[in-house]
Amino acid sequence: MALSGMRGLSVFISDIRNCPNKEQERLRVDKELGNIRTRFKSEKGLTHYEKKKYVWKMLYIHMLGYDVDFGHMEAVSLISAPKYPEKQVGYIVTSSLLNENHDFLRLAINTVRNDIIGRNETFQCLALTMVGNIGGREFSESLAPDVQKLLISSSCRPLVRKKAALCLLRLYRKNPDVVNIDGWADRMAQLLDERDLGVLTSSTSLLVALVSNNHEAYWSCLPKCVKILERLARNQDIPQEYTYYGIPSPWLQVKAMRALQYFPTIEDPNIRRSLFEVLQRILMGTDVVKNVNKNNASHAVLFEALALVMHLDAEKEMMSQCVALLGKFIAVREPNIRYLGLENMSRMLMVTDVHDSIKRHQAQIITSLKDPDISIRRRALDLLYGMCDVSNAKDIVEELLQYLSAADFAMREELSLKAAILAEKFAPDLSWYVDVILQLIDKAGDFVSDDIWFRVVQFVTNNEDLQPYAAAKAREYLDKPAIHETMVKVSAYLLGEYSHLLARRPGCSPKEIFSVIHEKLPTVSTTTIPILLSTYAKILMHTQPADPELQKIVWAIFNKYESCIDVEIQQRAVEYFALSKKGAALMDILAEMPKFPERQSALLKKAEDAEVDSAEQSAIKLRAQQQMSNALVVTDQRPANGAPQTVGELSLVKIPSMSGDQHASVDQGLSQANGTMTTVDPQPASVDLLGDLLGPLAIEGPPGAAVQFEPNAVSGLEGVPSSADYAAIVPVGEQTNTVQPIGNINERFYALCLKDSGVLYEDPNIQIGIKAEWRAHQGRLVLFLGNKNTSPLVSVQALILPPVHLKIELSLVPETIPPRAQVQCPLELMNLHPSRDVAVLEFSYKFGTNMVNVKLRLPAVLNKFLQPISVSAEEFFLQWRSLSGPPLKLQEVVRGVKPLSLTEMTSLFNSFRLTVCPGLDPNPNNLVASTTFYSESTRPMLCLIRIETDPADLTQLRMTVASGDPTLTFELKEFIKEQLVSIPTASRPPAPAPPAAQPTNPAALTDPGALLAGLL
Amino acid sequence: MLVAVNVLSTCMFQIQFVLLISRQGKVRLTKWYSPYTQKERSKVILVYKRYASLYFCMCIDQDDNELEVLEIIHHFVEILDRYFGSVCELDLIFNFHKAYYVLDEILIAGELQESSKKTVARLIAAQDSLVETAKEQASSISNIIAQATK
Repeated sequence: MALSGMRGLSVFISDIRNCPNKEQERLRVDKELGNIRTRFKSEKGLTHYEKKKYVWKMLYIHMLGYDVDFGHMEAVSLISAPKYPEKQVGYIVTSSLLNENHDFLRLAINTVRNDIIGRNETFQCLALTMVGNIGGREFSESLAPDVQKLLISSSCRPLVRKKAALCLLRLYRKNPDVVNIDGWADRMAQLLDERDLGVLTSSTSLLVALVSNNHEAYWSCLPKCVKILERLARNQDIPQEYTYYGIPSPWLQVKAMRALQYFPTIEDPNIRRSLFEVLQRILMGTDVVKNVNKNNASHAVLFEALALVMHLDAEKEMMSQCVALLGKFIAVREPNIRYLGLENMSRMLMVTDVHDSIKRHQAQIITSLKDPDISIRRRALDLLYGMCDVSNAKDIVEELLQYLSAADFAMREELSLKAAILAEKFAPDLSWYVDVILQLIDKAGDFVSDDIWFRVVQFVTNNEDLQPYAAAKAREYLDKPAIHETMVKVSAYLLGEYSHLLARRPGCSPKEIFSVIHEKLPTVSTTTIPILLSTYAKILMHTQPADPELQKIVWAIFNKYESCIDVEIQQRAVEYFALSKKGAALMDILAEMPKFPERQSALLKKAEDAEVDSAEQSAIKLRAQQQMSNALVVTDQRPANGAPQTVGELSLVKIPSMSGDQHASVDQGLSQANGTMTTVDPQPASVDLLGDLLGPLAIEGPPGAAVQFEPNAVSGLEGVPSSADYAAIVPVGEQTNTVQPIGNINERFYALCLKDSGVLYEDPNIQIGIKAEWRAHQGRLVLFLGNKNTSPLVSVQALILPPVHLKIELSLVPETIPPRAQVQCPLELMNLHPSRDVAVLEFSYKFGTNMVNVKLRLPAVLNKFLQPISVSAEEFFLQWRSLSGPPLKLQEVVRGVKPLSLTEMTSLFNSFRLTVCPGLDPNPNNLVASTTFYSESTRPMLCLIRIETDPADLTQLRMTVASGDPTLTFELKEFIKEQLVSIPTASRPPAPAPPAAQPTNPAALTDPGALLAGLL
Repeated sequence: MLVAVNVLSTCMFQIQFVLLISRQGKVRLTKWYSPYTQKERSKVILVYKRYASLYFCMCIDQDDNELEVLEIIHHFVEILDRYFGSVCELDLIFNFHKAYYVLDEILIAGELQESSKKTVARLIAAQDSLVETAKEQASSISNIIAQATK
């Protein structure tokens, strides 16, 4: 048995191993910790040997998962020991025990620096390793220049330099400013000429980190990466020890190809050709072999090569070759390769032109659905979902249905959702769609969410031709002995609406239909009973002339439920009873449901939420990133099959003749033409849908009245700035621009107020995209400036005019944007105190002889510093009462409000991150919401909002806002008001500074940013 | 061997942590390259391989090359094997500190630093001999002192 060389340590480890249970182990550990603590405390100095032994024990205990919250000082102090053995222990234990946020580390910076700049090579190595593993921002600032020096020093040996390269990589990640791009780019290129493969591997890792942030500066490294690949591919000058199972350093190959993927294109035809030669060689030369390690290594290289080929938009021929290869891998025995084959095939879906080649492998992919490994099954499902289109939908969906009964429970919900979506999107005919959904409910009722059956009802309602068929199918399923409750719901609903269409068929008389449905009543839960009651009422209504016997039975049922404890059931029973007594007058009230307004499928949204992990999603992400860098498209991040979906949906369902719908579809069309992301907010759709379906069926009358507001709900806030007057972004006096913006700048701004990435501005020459991340009171925005032309844009200038409440730092914007290139300018932002003022970006550039100058509002608006929070009733009321009146709680009656239904208002609020808490307010016409606001002065602050609406007059409401900060209360109230009132934000007077906000915001009037924002 | 899991992560380095864990669930080595304080959950991939009674796990970002990391694991194991001479779990239990030395020669900042087994072996041997020399010196000094005070 190998022993540690330290007796005390070995004994301790043996003791731990001999502990029969966790309890004993804890006791032994506690005893040891106590012992170490006393030894460290005792006045008698410890010898280095003892110290070493104890810190090792501490590390061992830490490794076992126990807290070691003392003795860090002793570990750190060993670093400054003069001799190697102690120093080594100090460095290693420190870097495993502490992390970059520990204060003790700061004490060591000087010692570490002395080791790095000292002459002792072994000390240098130890120090670089520790800094590389746990160095934080402070290390970054104090050590980066020294580390850079070591990396490029000609007198340092490779063992030091390779460590320096990775150490610098960490320091750069902690603080990118420590690497001065201008000075470093050339050095970086030189480093790639390195012969020693250890140093070269580390340097290439460093390059990947650098180019992932900013490839512009490192163009000179691109040919070097290709050279490295050529050297490896040809096995030139590669020492034997750097080949791994016969493959010249697979890791270096992967890294070099990774680095190349951060460059948008390769323009030099010679370099491109050499690279493609290498890639071709990799694609052709990789076979599946017996040795697992060789297999893995060569496929690691191959998959990276595939990614690079996809990135470079290679010719169709090469792409098809890639697909063929992947098809081969899907059939391989080795599970890892099979998994990656499927995953990469999913990525391939993003490439146009190869769909046909992918479809050739459909049978094999379907076989993978039955793979013993669940990860592989999931990938296969994702791929099938992604590759489905009109031509193969029938096969794929039927395959999924068949698989459903055998699938693991963990996959069934996703599986049924996906089958439902595909059936809807690509149905060759609608009766097939109905078949699929009913089969789905039949086979996997527990896993079919309500959205799925809501959707089928919507389809049937909107398509008259489909109604008799659907009703007949529903009738068939009811004959089955045991059916799922969801099936009861959907069949009852369909038969209630359309069973009269079946009247002449055998077994379909009203009475028979009634009794077959009523049989199920004892088996269902209280949520289904109201649906059944509605069905009975509808059957009664459709039975003309009335059947007294049936009437008697149904009335008896209504009678019975009149005293039901469930309010919904009770109300329906009472109302239906009263209504059905009325005879003919009933006809209007219980008439068939009108068509549903056209909506985006709520299922799609659900699918997106459900599988953030799928390969498809990551591929979308990947693609989106690539698009950002080469195609200048930042916005369109819809799922791969999002685009055909809109078309499919519209063509599938006859467009109902309601005016609201047409608005909606036109809106959608427009927004797509503009290239902005879809403006349809799926939230109101699904909420509405529920309301429509589960609300008392006919009592509320046809939804016509609600539909009239549909355009508002659909276009969401973008609909707000409908007047074009204030749309000019440049004050009239300065209107020198001859270049016209593409798309409506205000709409773009409002869209970005609600989401975090998209296009801020576009004209024929430039596109400015924006991507933001918000964390509490801080934000990080990246501006993507993309030159759309083939000639450079010069004299580029960007100036931020921040309002006083925002601290904004914009990184350097380059003066010139090269042709068809995109530059990224990060922007750090901090919210100091609450305010609605908006920051303005003054942006100008010269194109030819034209000077273009635009002023753009930045979407760093108040709601970005909100975090949704839902509070319980107790918390809410406690807080509400404690904030008793002005200035902390303000109330105002607002008139001239855009008429919104409560559901629409709820989704509007939610989109601004104000969490609506349903049920808190006993009055159903009121709406209560809560949120947390973050700023430096207020810290996280809970805000409460209550809206009291008047159902008789939707244009007025009373609003109460409360928070612990008077300025915040005022600003938030005004902010919400602006969103609710049809008069848009922009037209408010420049400095409305309220008395409450005035004292904290005295600079508002003199602040150029705030003034400008006010003017816009 | 490739599993997608949820962990807290900052996703900054290729390999976010290394974990050696026995079949009984005992931890034999941990090494973290990113501090896990932020509350963001993100999807990462756990790449692992079992050697006899030990699982070697490395956690990577979902965009990373899984097979490459799988072979980093094997590379690490081969080096341990060469160093201990047909390594077994017991070696790693009683010499866990040596496993840390070896790992530090293979990975820094979660990135591969050396792909030559020979080079790593040479460097570890050099470190060991430095420690040995120091020990000998210490014992010879204490001998001298012992002699002198006799």
